[in-house]
Amino acid sequence: MDGGRKQGTIRGGVHSPERHDSAHKHVAGSADYIDDMVEPAGTLHGWLGLSEAAHAEIVSMDLSAVRAAPGVALVLTAADIPGENDVSPVHAHDDPVFADGKVMFRGQPIFAVIAETRDAARRAAALAKIEYRALPALVTIDEALEAGGDLVTAPLKLERGDVESALKAAPHRLKGGMEIGGQDHFYLEGHIALAIPGEDETVTIHSSTQHPSEGQVLVAQVLGIPANAVSVVVRRMGGGFGGKESQPALFAAVAALAAKKLNRAVKVRPDRDDDMIATGKRHDFKVSYDVGYDEEGRILAVDGTFAARCGFSADLSGPVTDRALFHADNAYYYPAVRLRSQPLRTNTVSNTAFRGFGGPQGVVGAERIVEEIAYALGKDPLEIRKANFYCAGPDRDVTPYHQQVTDSILDRLVSELEESADYQARRKAILDFNAKGGILRKGIALTPVKFGISFTATWYNQAGALVHVYKDGSIHLNHGGTEMGQGLFTKVAQVVADCFQVDLDRIRVSATTTEKVPNTSATAASSGSDLNGMAAQDAAEQIKSRLRAFAAEKWDVPEDTVRFEAGQILVGSEVLGFEEFIAAAYMARVHLSAAGFYKTPDIHWDRAAGKGRPFYYFAYGAAVSEVTIDTLTGEYRIDRSDVLHDVGKSLNPAIDRGQVEGGFIQGVGWLTTEELWWDRDGRLRTHAPSTYKIPLASDVPRIFNVALAEWSENKERTIRRSKAVGEPPLMLAISVLEALSMAVASVAGYRECPRLDTPATPERILLAVERLRTVDGAAA
Amino acid sequence: MSARGEIRFLLNDREVRLGAVGAGDTLLDHLRLEQRLRGTKEGCAEGDCGACTVLVGRRTPDGLKYETVNACIRLLASVDLCHVVTVEYLRDPEGGLHVVQQAMVEHHGSQCGFCTPGVVMSLYALWMEGGCGTVEAVETALQGNLCRCTGYAPIVRAALDAAGRGAVAEDPLVSEREAVTAKLAEMDDGARVVVSRGGSTAILPADADDLARVLLEVGNATMVAGSTDVGLWITKHMKDISPAVFIGHVADLKRISVTGDALFLGAGVTYSESASVIAEHFPHLAEFWDRIGGWQVRNMGTIGGNIANGSPIGDTPPALIALGAELMLRRGSKRRTIPLEDFFIDYGKQDRAPDEFVESVRIPLPVSGTLNAAYKISKRRDEDISAVCGAFSVALDGGKVTSVRLAFGGMAATPKRAAKTEAALLGQPWNEASVRAAMAAMGQDFTPLSDWRASADYRSKVAANLLLRFFLETSGGETPARLSA
Repeated sequence: MDGGRKQGTIRGGVHSPERHDSAHKHVAGSADYIDDMVEPAGTLHGWLGLSEAAHAEIVSMDLSAVRAAPGVALVLTAADIPGENDVSPVHAHDDPVFADGKVMFRGQPIFAVIAETRDAARRAAALAKIEYRALPALVTIDEALEAGGDLVTAPLKLERGDVESALKAAPHRLKGGMEIGGQDHFYLEGHIALAIPGEDETVTIHSSTQHPSEGQVLVAQVLGIPANAVSVVVRRMGGGFGGKESQPALFAAVAALAAKKLNRAVKVRPDRDDDMIATGKRHDFKVSYDVGYDEEGRILAVDGTFAARCGFSADLSGPVTDRALFHADNAYYYPAVRLRSQPLRTNTVSNTAFRGFGGPQGVVGAERIVEEIAYALGKDPLEIRKANFYCAGPDRDVTPYHQQVTDSILDRLVSELEESADYQARRKAILDFNAKGGILRKGIALTPVKFGISFTATWYNQAGALVHVYKDGSIHLNHGGTEMGQGLFTKVAQVVADCFQVDLDRIRVSATTTEKVPNTSATAASSGSDLNGMAAQDAAEQIKSRLRAFAAEKWDVPEDTVRFEAGQILVGSEVLGFEEFIAAAYMARVHLSAAGFYKTPDIHWDRAAGKGRPFYYFAYGAAVSEVTIDTLTGEYRIDRSDVLHDVGKSLNPAIDRGQVEGGFIQGVGWLTTEELWWDRDGRLRTHAPSTYKIPLASDVPRIFNVALAEWSENKERTIRRSKAVGEPPLMLAISVLEALSMAVASVAGYRECPRLDTPATPERILLAVERLRTVDGAAA
Repeated sequence: MSARGEIRFLLNDREVRLGAVGAGDTLLDHLRLEQRLRGTKEGCAEGDCGACTVLVGRRTPDGLKYETVNACIRLLASVDLCHVVTVEYLRDPEGGLHVVQQAMVEHHGSQCGFCTPGVVMSLYALWMEGGCGTVEAVETALQGNLCRCTGYAPIVRAALDAAGRGAVAEDPLVSEREAVTAKLAEMDDGARVVVSRGGSTAILPADADDLARVLLEVGNATMVAGSTDVGLWITKHMKDISPAVFIGHVADLKRISVTGDALFLGAGVTYSESASVIAEHFPHLAEFWDRIGGWQVRNMGTIGGNIANGSPIGDTPPALIALGAELMLRRGSKRRTIPLEDFFIDYGKQDRAPDEFVESVRIPLPVSGTLNAAYKISKRRDEDISAVCGAFSVALDGGKVTSVRLAFGGMAATPKRAAKTEAALLGQPWNEASVRAAMAAMGQDFTPLSDWRASADYRSKVAANLLLRFFLETSGGETPARLSA
């Protein structure tokens, strides 16, 4: 809905539920994605040749038939790379554009064909004759561990207190583990890059990327040219979710390399299957825990290990597995704790960023610990949760990484949700329903989330923006953040509209490009609005301050009496329209353009010591979900979910609600039906929507109540006291997993924690039901 | 009869005539690459995500009918004499955004926007039918549209809101229906169509007799009905399907009739076209039918195609085998009838000569006193391929089982009856003990595979449990034995 102009207010300022700036184009099919852009005359098309072995030496490679195929203009291999054959986002030199002599996973690019049409390139690529000598391939976490546990990057340890003594002294102790599956991003628009060669060394690349600056640097490195010769541009992505943070560089590099060699535009767009096979996903984890607790279910000590399948290279696995540890406490205080990560090297595609960035796996681990304690003590897991919340008692506010939690609102948020969702009465009704012993069983769970906001790579917490006010009063906004559907462009424009006190439609946001704002950080870690909103505000305020000085001088009033209000400028007793005022400022030679900048204050992190304040603040939320399972087949249905989520003082409640709803459902997919299935030979067999099942409309909870905690305001000085929203809601879906678990547990009188691994497919539900029945039968 | 050397169709508001069309050319590539209509997106190139959804209008005995299809696997040759409508053509009578589009904007139904044109087209088709009124109908219409951003809630809200807005009668596709029908009729010369490009040939026979002739003439043709499977041979495996004989338009193969004790479905009848007659005569299949593919796939895919391609995981064969269906095959003017279950010889091998075609299916109507059920088990409820499909038909007399047909998909290399299990039930009283004994016998019938859809262990357990569900559901128990939709 439109904000609707009230008398004396602007339309589309902050906190109003503005629609997405491209919504009218989305619905008409007129929003251009890169593959929709008008191609320069003579554009060629690339296709990647992928490895057919999981781990092997390349004995021979005969590409003569590929070169001779109709329409082929060029074939590229590692030998054709003038610069460095590496697109590692962390400069680990382990992520070649093209495999050179050795392949590390099935699906690794070995060569590229450039041809007149995409079809010709694809057909030609199939003609390659490559001979492999197989090497031992480690596909699973267990295989990697058994083979000695080679790591792709340095592991992290977080430690506080004496965990050994605390475990020994605890009245109760339990050990367990679980496997948490990965997830494909399944952005609807796959990877794509269109490179257009320019003069000298220069090249412009339209890349579907969340991280243009990184793409720029990596392409420059591959081409062996300085960064100033490479421009990366992106107006919008058809979804990103983390999958377009580091992964687009490969496609951008291949397109740019070919474009420069041929002096023609080159487009590279893999099909859905190659996209899923050749690019990274959410990490799967194997978690093990040793927990001490007391009669009330208060956790006394946690010793946990988070082993992750990272794939063949480091990519972002270091910070991802770090973030898993940062969230292995979720919302709970651990008096003594030791958490260790194991970023394991495997012969699978290199896993990467995905909404939550390892955090969700950490939170799932924490919630499993709570669940274990609840079943062991025969209590409602919600009771255990409340007993362990941060700040639930004195001196219970320090995280495993030694940051104090000072902003917890979970007590209020959870009790409001418990009330509004009628949790207690429904839980009782469900216990009664299950007591009848039918084929159908129900479960309910309330789970919270606390999510740390800031890049843990502290230097990433900076952003730039560029604001121009043209002499006709129209405003141009550009910033380093990228638009992937999350509504960032809309929110930042609202901030600028609010600063200048003009209607939102006076502002046009242009494509993100490395030429306008340099050295940007990825639009990731939920940070887009926090960082770019602040940078844009800084730019706007600079221009406003020049305008104030101009007005003060011209009308001879004190600067602090010049006010921007509802489309007008009040100068003493004068009232000027924005356009009139800007025209006058231009004539007086006022500089009407500014580059804004922001860096998050107060954060620091010492990884070696495992201590610091990596997060500026925390975002909170909670969800209650109710499910029904069929104990004959394992099929299930989500009957109802109620969500209460904290976005601080929302910049745009409509867009934020969209993030919460969408994140929740994406989390449901991750934990239920989305299963990545590799065969023994390391071949991903679920590589398209026919085999990889993300949620459909009919998978949404039959009743789905989503609310924002309207009373919340960020305690920190974030942009208009809002909070980040991209990632945290994904973890609300853990309520569904635990509700499923309760329904399963009912078949054995809730005496046993079902220990469901994820994704909890109907198969895993049925097998868990049968396992529990067997255990229960044996015990009875 | 001389063949026409071009296909003719209406694309939005203009007529297109094309002679250079290859057998495997897809409608999506034509729209995006040749016509440069780029509102229609490619998300998966296998008919599973719906980003490429367009409407195809075809003249039927009931008038011009528009249906959603996946342009990525819809083959270009098959739109001969059709009206193809893309998102670019969608508008309200005044030329602004259509009410469906407007509602999507107002309810924040798009985020990244890439799936949105496809979603809009599905909702538009539903809105035109006056069907946007219930959540259930909207969800069914969206079974073939994936959205990764929104979680669907705002899309459903938009659809429900659009239901009450705008006048369907004034919609251009409705108000101009007569004129469009006339234009299509004018283009229709009743001739066989033969088009080719780069040595790849597509043939559209004039009618069923012509089809019989074409197959004898060509010999090694690939038959294409709805192309919901053949389309993937092209997009996923780059298979050359030339010469391809298209049958989706052949009116003779679209006959639906109930004569005496059986329902006859022509081989070209789609899932959508048969949905109401199936629901009427086989109520136990109504819900099952709606879980075959997504809406677009049900609009394209045919019963004949689902059978003839011989997949062990097709949904209709188990359901039809359990009902004792028979298959009519035709070669030239020779026809033969075989029990459907005998058609499936082995994996990839069916009882059909290369120049023979499936003409129709005969499905005996249920006799009173028989118990029937069909169940589909998949990872995701909708638009998924069965891990296991079980369809059962049991006749009782005096509480004893007098005939039994238990057919499964996903349990063997072909759709297959559980012979040992049936034997264990036949003549036994219809009670839980007999059913459990039969369940134990099922291990002798099947040695299923483990794959990405399910493990062998799960398939075996669930197949047996479905029999128990069948018993519980048909023996009047009070507590529900499965989840309602």
